[in-house]
Amino acid sequence: MPALSKEETEALIQEVLEVYPEKAKKDRAKHLAINDQELEKSNKCITSNRKSLPGVMTIRGCAYAGSKGVVWGPIKDMIHISHGPVGCGQYSRAGRRNYYVGTTGVNTFGDMNFTSDFQEKDIVFGGDKKLAKLIDEIEVLFPMNKGISIQSECPIGLIGDDIEAVAKQKNKEHEKPVVPVRCEGFRGVSQSLGHHIANDAIRDWVLENRDGDDSFETTEYDVAVIGDYNIGGDAWASRTLLEEMGLRVVAQWSGDGTIAEIEKTPKVKLNLIHCYRSMNYIARHMEEKYSIPWIEYNFFGPTKIAESLRRIADHFDDKIKAGAEKVIQRYKAEYDAVIAKYRPRLEGKRVMLYIGGLRPRHVIGAYEDLGMEVVGTGYEFGHNDDYDRTIKEMGNATLLYDDVTGYEFEEFVKKVQPDLIGSGIKEKYIFQKMGVPFRQMHSWDYSGPYHGYDGFAIFARDMDMTINNPCWKSVKAPWKQDDADEAPMAASA
Amino acid sequence: MPSVMLRNREDGKLLFYVAKKDLEETVESLEFDSPDKWGGEVILGDGSKYYFEPMDTPPDIPITLRAKRLESAD
Repeated sequence: MPALSKEETEALIQEVLEVYPEKAKKDRAKHLAINDQELEKSNKCITSNRKSLPGVMTIRGCAYAGSKGVVWGPIKDMIHISHGPVGCGQYSRAGRRNYYVGTTGVNTFGDMNFTSDFQEKDIVFGGDKKLAKLIDEIEVLFPMNKGISIQSECPIGLIGDDIEAVAKQKNKEHEKPVVPVRCEGFRGVSQSLGHHIANDAIRDWVLENRDGDDSFETTEYDVAVIGDYNIGGDAWASRTLLEEMGLRVVAQWSGDGTIAEIEKTPKVKLNLIHCYRSMNYIARHMEEKYSIPWIEYNFFGPTKIAESLRRIADHFDDKIKAGAEKVIQRYKAEYDAVIAKYRPRLEGKRVMLYIGGLRPRHVIGAYEDLGMEVVGTGYEFGHNDDYDRTIKEMGNATLLYDDVTGYEFEEFVKKVQPDLIGSGIKEKYIFQKMGVPFRQMHSWDYSGPYHGYDGFAIFARDMDMTINNPCWKSVKAPWKQDDADEAPMAASA
Repeated sequence: MPSVMLRNREDGKLLFYVAKKDLEETVESLEFDSPDKWGGEVILGDGSKYYFEPMDTPPDIPITLRAKRLESAD
């Protein structure tokens, strides 16, 4: 199916909006747009970070998900208490596959669920005593934890518990960081505010811990990787590249990260931001307070990796610059082989994305390296600044959709007929049942890593095995099939 | 009176960032920008105008300052 023209895309949006009542239509119209590379600012074409409409199907999470699930959860040597009823922690447990090294239950706690398991009496009489007791119990049972964070669930804010007081007292008693995080789920319109609250908690309770302590030996080449959650090993695949070019990665925020790394981050020379959405706040703070510059980078696909490595190297001396070129050269044969193998099988395929964080714009380069085209993209919880950065990455007249509803997404897919959809678990089975190849791009469909050169090979393989999987031919009933479906495929891999 | 974070962009332009508004704009002009006086009216890339209380010395950028909103875009 050929690409839609600007007019056709416009007509498609209008058609999709048609079913809504007047008021809802007016609201949703602001969130759907046609990309126009001429535009400098996204607020001319799209509205984002607004409350979802009641009654439509939204995919967003809550502030607790943003703080516990995304930012704090992967810090492996801390214990993160899901403070409140048991469900929030249990149902979100280990879902993001933030890999880490360590012995779970001894010195790392990533896969475990700690909760204060609120009952009716805790709501009525307050849960502070229970929290204090819980922290003491943790200290007895898991003495090797390096700190505790208290991740508030909705009831904590509603009943007005003073978790800060408990945290301060226990911090003194146990001489370990105890961080209260006010990330009650009802705050904000999506998980995005949870990221912000989590960043602020790190700023207020952790980051200054080693101010004035110069015992940590620094070098000229210290960097911190910020906003890489090590999903399926992503941060490791990124870290090796940085180390190979001669940099020293002091901290990983927060995939496979520790609290000690976070405390040492104010001593680095440059902050590298991968997920801008969830961690730009802390990078801006460190720039202001510790004069540490920060840059955004993108480690999806060889084109963007090379671009990013050179941009990072620009902040250092010639040794690092030469190192960057060496790294690019070293992996060239490897990624050229990947492209040679998969590009013929994937060339010209069209992709629609709907993800969160950084991926709606970051993975575009990786698809383009494989000869594929991204024809629609959208953020679950992006802000204007995310869309500003997306406009230039996307082709003209492609679709942009913010906080897309279940209905809209389905209709877009029916009309645009992409060859692949990259979205989350909640969308996956709808589209697979419609017979459209689908990759789960939140946790790489239990595969990964996708970052770095090593990740690109896996990314290409996964896309190929999804799109060219023979199962899609069996989805259509035999009597509905026509001969056109029998198009020959490029030489098999 | 939004809190504004000012930082230098890689190309040397001043970037004006208001977290609560997701506003990230370049500073197109600044009324007073000399060693002995800094501040006054700012015009941003999108045409909106803000006002910084003039200071005797230019601040160390990056910095968070209070600004008054004079005129919004469009």
